[in-house]
Amino acid sequence: MKKQSRLIISILVFGYAFLYIPLISVVFYSFNDSKLATVWGGFSTRWYGELFRNEQILDALFLSLRIAASSATLATIFGTMAGLILVRFGRFRGRALFSGMITSPLVMPEVITGLSLLLLFVSMQQLFGWPGQRGFATITIAHTTFAMAYVAVIVRSRLTAMDESLEEAAMDLGCRPLRVVFDITLPLIAPAMISGWLLAFTLSLDDLVIASFVSGPGSSTLPMYIFSKVKLGVTPDINALASLIILVVSVTLLIAWIVTRKTQPRASS
Amino acid sequence: MAAVKQRDWWERVTIAVPYLWLLVFFLLPFAIILKISLADPVIAQPPFTPTFDEQGSLSITADNFLFLLTDKLYAVTYLKSIVMATAATILCLALGFPMAFGIARSAPSTRGVLLLLIILPFWISFLLRVYAWMGLLNNYGVINNMLIWLGVIDQPVRLLYTDFAIFIGLTYSYLPFMVLPLYATLERMDIDLIEAAQDLGASRTEAFWDVTWPLARAGVIAGCLLVFIPAMGEYVVPYLLGGPESLLIGRVLFDEFFVNRDWPLASAVTIMLLLLLVAPIVFMQRNQAREIDAQQ
Repeated sequence: MKKQSRLIISILVFGYAFLYIPLISVVFYSFNDSKLATVWGGFSTRWYGELFRNEQILDALFLSLRIAASSATLATIFGTMAGLILVRFGRFRGRALFSGMITSPLVMPEVITGLSLLLLFVSMQQLFGWPGQRGFATITIAHTTFAMAYVAVIVRSRLTAMDESLEEAAMDLGCRPLRVVFDITLPLIAPAMISGWLLAFTLSLDDLVIASFVSGPGSSTLPMYIFSKVKLGVTPDINALASLIILVVSVTLLIAWIVTRKTQPRASS
Repeated sequence: MAAVKQRDWWERVTIAVPYLWLLVFFLLPFAIILKISLADPVIAQPPFTPTFDEQGSLSITADNFLFLLTDKLYAVTYLKSIVMATAATILCLALGFPMAFGIARSAPSTRGVLLLLIILPFWISFLLRVYAWMGLLNNYGVINNMLIWLGVIDQPVRLLYTDFAIFIGLTYSYLPFMVLPLYATLERMDIDLIEAAQDLGASRTEAFWDVTWPLARAGVIAGCLLVFIPAMGEYVVPYLLGGPESLLIGRVLFDEFFVNRDWPLASAVTIMLLLLLVAPIVFMQRNQAREIDAQQ
């Protein structure tokens, strides 16, 4: 391995500092006793305590978790199907349109996705009275639609990298194609499906803009609640909430990283 | 599996389910937006005129688009979004390329940690990462306090609620999207090629522009588009970090819909934004398809 140039190393240091200083500062200020979030008033953990007594936050968190779990599950099912179709099914009518539709949500600005889905739901309600109320169901549908694109990308790259010989061998031995999918293909792409599910879950928990469009009165997800408070400026309890989220994500990702490193020492992606 | 053959029932179902889902929840909504963008706003529920009037004849109008094209405010907004997104893309590339290069060339043991540190912010809430900058850029925030402490300034400088804040916020939020695809191409690149070029007498800069850059092109394109396209429609960053006068399309669209309740105009704004983005999106899909072909 050649030695890195000084320039590269200093840019790396700068880049990582740029990425992490804001996060560290939020965690630091979450232990601030002062009600003014920007003035240091001594160490305290009282904002964490207030967080757990705030029912609005807990309700919003619970709704977000329910939506994230349902949409991630649906997205994993549909995304896996989409990945399978694109890699293993050869040509079929409308394949180009399909592959366009499955990759576009990856880059589509959220305001566009959000507005277009809201207008769809409004039209559907006029035509057949469903959805009567926007909330859990509509947000779940919206999140499934964009998250399945991410799952499809992950499953697709796993399938492309995977050798088809096992599936062919099973087929040669007289296994029916549907059995091959369930007994060979799916178990082999299970790790990709799990990372797809986790990504879809996180994307759903994270989404503010699309949820703001397609939810109705009375159903606020956690990001929507946070946004409504943050609009007015920095507040100490949101600092505490942000720190908790940073902690949970970091620990989860670290565990996932250690586990995958142990099980597959030479896989980088 | 062969190209044309009779498909089993389960194969048909596997194709049909995600296909129909995307047709209904991805493609159909765009048709509805187009339809509403050609209507007039009315005070009713829903707040726009029907496409066909009572006599059944077509009643559409191009007023919304004409308004967007002739109103100076909208022209400025679109232009400003393009400038902001471009500036953020360039800064992401300037910072992200050397970072990806450094990560790809680091020892395998540190590479994993460095990559994890790039991915980590991506998993932490986007909203909270933008929020973190509110605390930093505040008049009494970390940056101002630091500058006062260092004696660079003696009065806090207004950083938050400015275009500069939007620019930093966009760069910060989308930097991982630039680094990851760049890393993917740079990691596959054969480093011996650079060394060979240098051995053959190329200077460092020549080796970079003649060898590294062309080989990394696919990654550069993917990274730039992954930053530029979503940055064009960004709503959270201009809302939280920009001032009330800093209008970007994403925010104008949101306000037009929710504050002014002008659905037809909001739809027209969306269509115009889509038209601006069609070329980069198609370009990105071509680029991706080429990449996948190259891997197979």
